[in-house]
Amino acid sequence: MNTMSSVHSISNAASKKQASSVEFRNVTKRYGNVTAVDSVSFTIEPGQLVTLLGPSGCGKTTTLRMIAGLEMASEGQILISDRDVTNLSAADRDVSMVFQSYALFPHMSVLENVAYGPSVQGVPKKDAYAMAMEKLELIGLKGLEKRAPSELSGGQQQRVAVARALVLEPQVLLFDEPLSNLDAKLRRRVREDIRELQQNLNLTVAYVTHDQEEALAVSDHIIVMSNARIAQTGTPHELYEEPANLFVADFIGDANIITGDLASITGPTAQVRIGGLNLQLPHRGASQGPVKLAARPDAIFLDETVQAGTLAGTVRKTSYLGTQVEYDVESPIGNLFVVQYGRKEAIAPGTPVAISFATQRGVAIIPDA
Amino acid sequence: MTRATLGWIVLCWVGFALLPWYGFDRSASPTIADYFVSGSAVAHGFRGAWWLLPILVPLGMTLVPVIRPSLRQKGTWLLASGLLGLALIVLQGFSIGLNGWTMDALKVFGEPGPRQAGMGYGAALASAALLIVLCHGLAARGWCRGDAFITSSIGAVVALILVFVFFPVSTILASAFADNSGNFAPSEFISKFMDKSIWGLDCVTSDLRCGVAWNTLFLGLLVAFGTTALGLAFALIATRTEFRYKKLLRVMSVLPIITPPFVIGLALILLFGRSGALSNLLWEWFGVPRSRWIYGLPGVLIAQLLAFTPIAFLVLIGVVQGISPTLEEASQTLRAKSWTTFWTVTLPLMRPGLANAFLLGFVESLADFGNPLVLAGNYEVLSTKIFFAVVGAQQDQGRAAVLSIILLAFTLGAFWMQHAWLGKKVYTTVTGKGDSGIPLPLPRRVALASYFTAIPWAIFTVAVYAIIVVGAFVRSMGRDYTPTFEHFLTAFRVERADWGLYFSGSAWNSFFATVKVAALSAPLTAAIGLLTAYLLTRQRFSGQRSFEFGTLLSFAIPGTVVGVSYILAFNVPPIEITGTGFILVMCFVFRNMPVGVRSGIATLSQIDKSLDEASLTLGARSATTMRRVVLPLLRPAIVASLVYSFVRAMTAVSAVIFLVTAEYNMATTYIVGRVEAGEFGLAIAYSTALIIVMLLAIVAIQLIVGERRLGRRSASAAPSPVAVQAVP
Repeated sequence: MNTMSSVHSISNAASKKQASSVEFRNVTKRYGNVTAVDSVSFTIEPGQLVTLLGPSGCGKTTTLRMIAGLEMASEGQILISDRDVTNLSAADRDVSMVFQSYALFPHMSVLENVAYGPSVQGVPKKDAYAMAMEKLELIGLKGLEKRAPSELSGGQQQRVAVARALVLEPQVLLFDEPLSNLDAKLRRRVREDIRELQQNLNLTVAYVTHDQEEALAVSDHIIVMSNARIAQTGTPHELYEEPANLFVADFIGDANIITGDLASITGPTAQVRIGGLNLQLPHRGASQGPVKLAARPDAIFLDETVQAGTLAGTVRKTSYLGTQVEYDVESPIGNLFVVQYGRKEAIAPGTPVAISFATQRGVAIIPDA
Repeated sequence: MTRATLGWIVLCWVGFALLPWYGFDRSASPTIADYFVSGSAVAHGFRGAWWLLPILVPLGMTLVPVIRPSLRQKGTWLLASGLLGLALIVLQGFSIGLNGWTMDALKVFGEPGPRQAGMGYGAALASAALLIVLCHGLAARGWCRGDAFITSSIGAVVALILVFVFFPVSTILASAFADNSGNFAPSEFISKFMDKSIWGLDCVTSDLRCGVAWNTLFLGLLVAFGTTALGLAFALIATRTEFRYKKLLRVMSVLPIITPPFVIGLALILLFGRSGALSNLLWEWFGVPRSRWIYGLPGVLIAQLLAFTPIAFLVLIGVVQGISPTLEEASQTLRAKSWTTFWTVTLPLMRPGLANAFLLGFVESLADFGNPLVLAGNYEVLSTKIFFAVVGAQQDQGRAAVLSIILLAFTLGAFWMQHAWLGKKVYTTVTGKGDSGIPLPLPRRVALASYFTAIPWAIFTVAVYAIIVVGAFVRSMGRDYTPTFEHFLTAFRVERADWGLYFSGSAWNSFFATVKVAALSAPLTAAIGLLTAYLLTRQRFSGQRSFEFGTLLSFAIPGTVVGVSYILAFNVPPIEITGTGFILVMCFVFRNMPVGVRSGIATLSQIDKSLDEASLTLGARSATTMRRVVLPLLRPAIVASLVYSFVRAMTAVSAVIFLVTAEYNMATTYIVGRVEAGEFGLAIAYSTALIIVMLLAIVAIQLIVGERRLGRRSASAAPSPVAVQAVP
């Protein structure tokens, strides 16, 4: 009886619903001797879309499944809306999930699929169908409710999965690589749809992906994971401009890892020598001596008019890609990958060039390297 | 505390304080008062059965979490009370028997000690409820993701396997090592084990008979060779030739599944017996004297070849189809002749399949009871020898136990060999890649050899089945071919009496009992088998490997051994159920469960696990998920295990022949009785009726359970995709 009335009240107060937070406190998950998630702590603020990003096998999906209650933490605490849910089973948590394979029940119609959540909670069939129709309309699939899932296209199936996850208006919505089964063009549109839906409904969303571009595009916050631990958390801007370590610098966007020499520190800025060049950069806690820097491909400039006293290099390879031109440049500080936009004529391979760096953005000292 | 947990705690108390703790004596007629309170454990406890009173302690402990719901360690309380309660029930059950103390060590407390009867409804309910409370306790402590349905299912299946598989098997082991008064006597075991009638080799050097173990092995090897060769010939014809009657081969492969095991033996007697149809012809036309040659090794061998060739065929047709034609084409492009290709590529790729068919034939022959019983004559094999050790003049249960252990060792050894040898060699030739080659046509020599073995054999099989049908409708095969319904009337006469229909036919009793037991055991078998398959594929828990072994073990135990072990284990308290219909049902459930497990595992592994998880995250509990998502997708496996367990329950003879009573006589044992009495016509008519009933049941099960609805669009009626507006 209890669950029934709560489901009703949720559906009536759809727009007023308070988003909730998710908190991990030193959560560890072990399978036998293998540690899949190693003492991870983070907080997802209410109403935010947070991405768990990392290469395959880094523990991001396990983390997501622990939020859902499909895996149980070996150690640590998981809180949703400040309530301890560590030992609650998936059915008892107010969390829904959109699966990578969509997991639409093949023996039910689209409508039955979406109405499944309320109907197993004891909501009368008629009301459950009404709730399902409401969500199908929201997601733009009205008119297809009688179809079987196998009669829909991949994109439509994905939207049915989203509607099914939304129908109970969960505190937290989880996405497990939702775009991996879509083609490249559709991917961009669907991720925008998801972002829009999340912002309109003020949902708390955790989103797993291994695609850094997708993560940068949709997230309020990104949690980068590597080898069962968190490598860095931050906004997309922070991760791209100020990577905390070599892994993040390399994983988010393309980066040239360059060795430099930190000469002196004055206030927040440091004097760094790279090859023959002097740069003023935020020191980010690095001390004097050799340092590693991450330079984004578009923060390196090439000039065909070579002057003395600059860093000299030679173009090795040139790829013309329409909006941009990509170069492989041989230089005294190593081979560099350079991207230039809005250039009319590509520089021919073998041309000697002068190399310089942007100082406002795109080059950063990596503190933990 | 959930309502379910509370309910089970209440049931513990009901079982202990309300229902009769002991089973009723079958001769006494219980009054209504005996059903409630006065026969309960509490009443018995205060009337002198002091050993029941300690169980009140764990029952009291279950109430602690009820009274103080805020308690943090309520899981631990439930766990402890369940464990202690079960331990006390088992301890008192096994230490106090019908005639006092069961162990000599306890006799120091006075002889003969207290007595008690077997467990009744109350004890069964209390034990079951305590087990579930224990499992709820485990779930509350976080086992299996805190899912009480899963822990309870595991607990229930494990408990059932312990009681109905491991307990009987260990009883048979124990009784093999005991003398006739029940004392531990290893020397007796050795003398029984080394007996000359088991291991003697006299037939090699003289005219005397060999030991029964050698007989069994020799027959098993012959049958294994024969079925593999015949099965291969049939499989090659069915897959690699343009033979016109392939469909007939398929039909023939289904027939033995619905044929009671001794019927083929019976048909052989009608053909080749002293007054058999063919023997008559040979005598009248060629003057070949009638003889008893069919009784003995030749008869059993022919009957088993007929019965088990289809099994080899089914195994080998899968293997032959699985061989990638590309490999043969590769061989041909390397300029190998078709004979060389067959000999060096095709046949070696079939080796694991051939070994598998060989071992299956061997095991089936060892386990077969019906055909040797009807046909073996003086050629003794283990399965019939066990039967006569129990029911014959000897009444030597220890000897039966020793023989059972030898038979069990043979079959387990064969299964182990199959596992150890074939488990590692995987000749996977079906890959995910498209494979569009054309299979090599059989080399002439191989094709001819296949035709020459398979076609005469197929004709022979058809003849045997024709005899079965004809025999049911003529007065007496071989003597009097007047068409008659006499046999059917004797068996299935229905008379109209004043009070309605009166089933006066002699077969009706056993027929109704058989249908009842089969209809009860089929859904139970399917339920337990599929639940086990679900636990094995969808859940992770410690001890899963041994759990799987336990569920499949009962498949490797020959029926005769099961029968003996059940009467040894369940004839005395605490679990005294021999002579009831219940023991027949349980026997069938655990003999046929492995097939349900296998087909369940095969189907479940094709269903994406994220479907279950999606259901869980939508707030459905495991039980609901099971009902609304897993079961509808499992329909093919449900049909398979229902059909198999129903058919097996109707045709089985080896295990049940030990367990039937006058009240619960099964159709098969009734027919065996008719055969032994020489009433062949009646037996054949009854068998025909059984085969027809089984065919009807298979069709009915298909209709009731229905097809799996996956909503796949068919190629013809593909609707054009409707344009859908984008998300707002």
